Amino acid sequence: MTLLSDTFKRLHAKKALIPFITAGYPTPQLTVPMMHCLVENGADVIELGMPFSDPMADGPVIQKASEAAIKQGVDLRKTLTMVAEFRETNEHTPVVLMGYLNPVESMGYEVFIKDAAKAGVNAVLLVDSPPEESAELQNQLRKHHLQQIFLVAPTTSHARQQLICQQAAGFIYYVALKGVTGSADLNPETVNSHIQQLKQLSELPIVVGFGVKDASSAVAVAAEADGVVIGSALIKTLEGSQDAQETLQKVADFMCPIRNALDSL
Amino acid sequence: MTQKFDNLPDETGHFGRFGGNFASETLFHCLEELKSAYQKLKNDPEFQQQFNKDLAEFVGRPSPLYFAERLTHEQQGAQIWLKREDLNHTGAHKINNTVGQILLAKSMGKKRIIAETGAGQHGVATATVAARMGLECIVYMGSVDIERQAINVFRMKLLGADVRAVDSGSKTLKDALNEAMRDWVAHVDDTFYIIGTVAGPAPYPAMVRDFNSVIGQEVRKQSIAQIGRFPDALVACVGGGSNAMGLFYPFIQDKEVLMYGVEAGGKGLETGQHAASINAGKVGVLHGNRTYVMSDDAGQVTETHSISAGLDYPGVGPEHAYLNDIGRAKYVTVNDDEALAAFHTLTRKEGIMPALESAHAIAYGLQLAKTMSPDKHIVINLSGRGDKDVHTVAEIEGVSV
Ligand SMILES: Cc1ncc(COP(=O)(O)O)c(C=O)c1O
Repeated sequence: MTLLSDTFKRLHAKKALIPFITAGYPTPQLTVPMMHCLVENGADVIELGMPFSDPMADGPVIQKASEAAIKQGVDLRKTLTMVAEFRETNEHTPVVLMGYLNPVESMGYEVFIKDAAKAGVNAVLLVDSPPEESAELQNQLRKHHLQQIFLVAPTTSHARQQLICQQAAGFIYYVALKGVTGSADLNPETVNSHIQQLKQLSELPIVVGFGVKDASSAVAVAAEADGVVIGSALIKTLEGSQDAQETLQKVADFMCPIRNALDSL
Repeated sequence: MTQKFDNLPDETGHFGRFGGNFASETLFHCLEELKSAYQKLKNDPEFQQQFNKDLAEFVGRPSPLYFAERLTHEQQGAQIWLKREDLNHTGAHKINNTVGQILLAKSMGKKRIIAETGAGQHGVATATVAARMGLECIVYMGSVDIERQAINVFRMKLLGADVRAVDSGSKTLKDALNEAMRDWVAHVDDTFYIIGTVAGPAPYPAMVRDFNSVIGQEVRKQSIAQIGRFPDALVACVGGGSNAMGLFYPFIQDKEVLMYGVEAGGKGLETGQHAASINAGKVGVLHGNRTYVMSDDAGQVTETHSISAGLDYPGVGPEHAYLNDIGRAKYVTVNDDEALAAFHTLTRKEGIMPALESAHAIAYGLQLAKTMSPDKHIVINLSGRGDKDVHTVAEIEGVSV
């Protein structure tokens, strides 16, 4: 049993709410308090973004957050330290690291996975490491009982869906739209029908992300899915915040209506 | 054009441990679609015929192999030959690739063309073929590059392209590539992405190489006709590496032909301000492939520097990374000041003004020639002409034009 599968089992018919924040944004000091605040306000899993200089799959909001975090000295090691600090008082909320391959290659797969496991990370999602290129990464992940989350896109062929479902662990992340994170043109009907198809191929929980921005869009795409990921919209509300109190209040204000809406489904 | 000179990349787009398909999931479908369309067309006689006709009548190929008599005399070493890609329509080798890719785009029924550009040469070459085909064209360009390559920006606009400034990251070529990828993800159905060098996810590195390999294929024929045999050495500058791969690839099996790729040494490798990914970078993943990448200890891609915008790229085509690893090609560096000196030398001695990118190859070629005896022959790829760089040179030398 892993923390992720336990979490989804415990949720049962309830929908998982998975906020995404970029480690070190708006400030490095705020990341751990924000993670706790997210949990207090209904987060079931936390996705923590590892800032990267060239976030090819991200829209302007997450790009800016990454740049700001890097400017403040946040790297992979600091990100892992943040997870370890979070784990000092929270053992039950799964943490998924999301980012790009180059910083991981630079640190070395073995060192990264070992240290991530030690810090209390449960899974990793590397946007530019598809199943075809992930053999070595998977070896290391297995050694340390970590899971690799894969994306499935609206453009993913049936054959690739099968390949991805075979290798996926933890949950499957369905990309709700053709575009980068934070895009606007979400179409819930297509999302729901794609998720129905995916459910035929995998027993894993399926969560939806990219373009989910508030309670109503969350509810719209959660009909068939097991959970939703919200990133850009959350990060956007934090723009310009420096003050701890104010930032945490904004996080709570953002999360509550979405949690309530999902619970009333 | 699609003659095979070796068996790389493999089925999965790898050149040894380099290359591959490190793309985000949304793009896989179009990469597969592109790969199969390209595979089908490259063996299609009608497509080849059209491509060759366009190269001849629109680009003006073959480009001459020119004997640089005064340069040779001055170096008192090997005989120096220049492959005149500067004489192509739009002034650089970049057009070979865009002519090929636009035919592919057309045959795939794509209506919208996107491209990234650094120096603006690839942007101009793309805007040119898009205009000719009547297709919508959007070119992403870092805002820093827009400023230093104003003439090319205006050329693209004259050709009807929509030039979009990219303000993220270092605001240069790598960021333009990121932005083009983001555009592609959002418009996968109707958009064709014309990448300008032998980088990106598979099948781009091999496809861009194949379209540019007309350079090396012509040199094979021309050297036999003009020298009586193959040259002893080939020299080309390496940004992403498309002009160099185009020259090298047809000679890959001819082991007696030495190959030298010249990276931008900027202000000197020791200053950290350069763009020498093979010489000073480490293995990483950038823009969809595994290759040598300039990055810091944390794996963040670092900002590069070169006097020539076209070499200012923190990665390098994966096939070059591979050729370096197996020792088939040697990668060296030339600094800004050496390139600038070579720019002047070629202009004064031969009456040919090279692009600052190509001036790197000239600078190394001159050094190399000196170490070789007069019965040897070297071919330097003159990848582009220097008109676009006149402003940069004037500015460096404190001249207002
Ligand atoms: C004239 C010229 N040469 C060389 C390059 C570098 O590109 P590559 O290394 O792909 O040939 C450029 C790029 O803009 C260029 O304009």
